[in-house]
Amino acid sequence: MAAEGSGGIDALGQFQLHTALGPLGASVNFTQSNLMMVIAGLLVMGLVWVGMKPRALVPGRLQAAAELGYEFILSMCVDTIGQEGRRYFPFVFTLFFFILFGNLMGVFPLLFTFTSHIMVTLALALTVFILVTVVGLKEHGLHWFSYFMPEGIPKLLAPLMVAIEVISYLSRIISLSVRLFANMMAGHVMLEVFGAFIVMLGGLGFLGYFPAALSLGVNTLLIGFELLVATLQAYVFAVLTCIYLHDAVHLH
Amino acid sequence: MDVASAKMLGAGIAMIALAGVGIGMGTIFGSLVSSVARNPAARDRVFGLAILGFALTEAVALYALVIAFIILFV
Repeated sequence: MAAEGSGGIDALGQFQLHTALGPLGASVNFTQSNLMMVIAGLLVMGLVWVGMKPRALVPGRLQAAAELGYEFILSMCVDTIGQEGRRYFPFVFTLFFFILFGNLMGVFPLLFTFTSHIMVTLALALTVFILVTVVGLKEHGLHWFSYFMPEGIPKLLAPLMVAIEVISYLSRIISLSVRLFANMMAGHVMLEVFGAFIVMLGGLGFLGYFPAALSLGVNTLLIGFELLVATLQAYVFAVLTCIYLHDAVHLH
Repeated sequence: MDVASAKMLGAGIAMIALAGVGIGMGTIFGSLVSSVARNPAARDRVFGLAILGFALTEAVALYALVIAFIILFV
């Protein structure tokens, strides 16, 4: 579907799903995306479990990584949500590391980025959205609906403000999911396009060697940029989850 | 005008959104530079905020990109 209009570069073909694990996987539609999710989950569990096994006073590398991640997320939760943030720390920790490993695995060759599919990110965003709504309703009961009517607003403007607040509350699902999905997809499309440039220019013969080397250099830089974006987007997703939880717990 | 060329034009027009993203990026990093120049001690805290703002602004560019892709390929 991507071939038309992109000059023969099949930029979106890399996101096609195939069934993995042979006939058994095919019978239950177990795709490589699902396989990557399982691997990401196992890696997170491995990092925390194997990393914290020695429980050394002076941590080794793996233990330092696990402790660093733990303290980073914990301080983020407590700073953003407040002391109640400790209750939501396990959820945010799991979310952050699942997305982080999913994003980072996509940079490696032969592995698939499951966060480059809107279905996955939408499911994650819906989980966050439903959790935030349930937390808000549980903490405040029906008083939670005053969230949509900020204080100190003239009565005349109330219908307009409520409509705007409701729309902005609902659009969190879209912005949260599309942000992550678009970042991962756009990065991989850029890598694919510059990779195709290398092949096409290299095929031109002597004249094409210099531009081909140039796009190889660009691709190398892009992979570094992808590492930054992968980490940053996982962080942004987690931080926004914390901000939404703060709104649900404290009502503005 | 046939549909294929109209799609191409539409995808190009969708990229006008990048003008706003450029302004936003410039504002973010411009204020980062000026605030670090005023108070170099605050660099670490301000830098984290700037990176968060960068990611949120960059996402707007990618929304436009997704719209262009939808116009072109869907």
